[in-house]
Amino acid sequence: MNISALRGRVAAVVMSFGLMSAPACAGEVRAAVAANFTEPMARIVELFQKESGHTVKVSLGSTGKFYSQIANGAPFDVLVAADEKTPQRLEAEGLAVDGSRFVYAMGKLALWSAQPGLVDAKGAVLGKGAYNKLAIGDPKLVPYGMAAKEAMEKMSVWSAVRGKLVTGENITQTFQFAATGNADLAFVALSQITKDGKATEGSSWIVPAHLYNPIRQSAVQLSAAKDKAATQAFLAFLKGGKAVAIIRSFGYELP
Amino acid sequence: MATLDPSDLQAVWLTLKLASVTTLLLLLIATPMAWWLAHSRRWYKGLVSAVVALPLVLPPTVLGFYLLLMMGPQGAVGELTRALNLGTLPFTFAGLVVGSVLFSLPFAVQPIQNAFESIGQRPLEVAATLRASAWDRFVSVALPLARPGFLTAIILAFAHTVGEFGVVLMLGGNIDGETRVLSVAIYSHVEAMEYGPAHLLAGGMVLFSFVVLLGLYLAGGKSWRVTR
Repeated sequence: MNISALRGRVAAVVMSFGLMSAPACAGEVRAAVAANFTEPMARIVELFQKESGHTVKVSLGSTGKFYSQIANGAPFDVLVAADEKTPQRLEAEGLAVDGSRFVYAMGKLALWSAQPGLVDAKGAVLGKGAYNKLAIGDPKLVPYGMAAKEAMEKMSVWSAVRGKLVTGENITQTFQFAATGNADLAFVALSQITKDGKATEGSSWIVPAHLYNPIRQSAVQLSAAKDKAATQAFLAFLKGGKAVAIIRSFGYELP
Repeated sequence: MATLDPSDLQAVWLTLKLASVTTLLLLLIATPMAWWLAHSRRWYKGLVSAVVALPLVLPPTVLGFYLLLMMGPQGAVGELTRALNLGTLPFTFAGLVVGSVLFSLPFAVQPIQNAFESIGQRPLEVAATLRASAWDRFVSVALPLARPGFLTAIILAFAHTVGEFGVVLMLGGNIDGETRVLSVAIYSHVEAMEYGPAHLLAGGMVLFSFVVLLGLYLAGGKSWRVTR
């Protein structure tokens, strides 16, 4: 191959890279997202990317872990948390942008089993003890785990279930313990067992809201955000009607 | 000054128990396996070696995930343990032991296998001419000569189990006194932003691991000289 042909090939390769990358104005948002919001976020991101041309890179995990990572310089632009406390704390410490915080969803707690008929309409199964293990999110780390603990304390079954408790480090793992059948019961986010407004298989009980403190899931823009325009566009989209419709379809409410 | 609560101390004890039980079981399992691998000429020896080495390359989460499925009520192992009235293994200490043994298997088998291989056939043949039985050749000739390999296997299996995290996290369910080992306890403290106890446990683990390794290597150095 002679030099000019080689040069032509190199040019073609360079050009194809140029074509692959998005238009010049398109930005990138790096979002840290609480595990319970995995599925709605996937839909929201898909729609947002299509409409705005920006790309969103989602990292999933527990809110507590994200706090530690952000406090230690993790490169995220937004935190979509499972609680209100963590974004507030980031704001107070100057790690998040003042005034950017808002509640994007009110989380709902559900008791779920992969077995049909195991969970009754009042959650009485908890006190009866006819199950092997009960999975909850670690109350120290997972807002839904804290809510589960509060609900069981109010129902006066907390001491009865303690011997059967297993804890997941995030709500996805908690759900997985029950989905694989290793735990008969699990307290999960209603969003995890809801698709398009309908409950998935198994049996479930939606825990009445008065049994636990409201799970005010909040999002916030982080001070370290690089692409501020794309980040703000994404947060605005998360507040908007299209996102809200998706969020509702997974069983969340809005404040 | 940060202090450790009883559940942290329990995690320390549980970790030492898990590592000890795992190391003991591994010695029992790995020794015959290593002997067979060192002397066999069967065509499927490569296959067995590859399976034994798998945990070296697999991320612990893969192992943890498949163990969770297999040992669960719908899994093959889970059905077996339930048929034997043993319940299912995830979320139990026994389950962690099974996971740890599999996870650390190559760390025990390979050093022992190498030691057996480096002895070669000659000393065993000599012993045979002196009318030593097969068992006698193994116990009186092969085992003492392979001592450095055993020592390495013990160090690695123990240390690897103490440092294990992914498998335990996937299988354990973080139960106080049952499956909440040190690495998981440290992880929980870090995630909950309790850096005080996290430092105590993590720093203590670094120190402990170093002292144990140093002690064993020093002792190992001596016994190597004796055997050679």
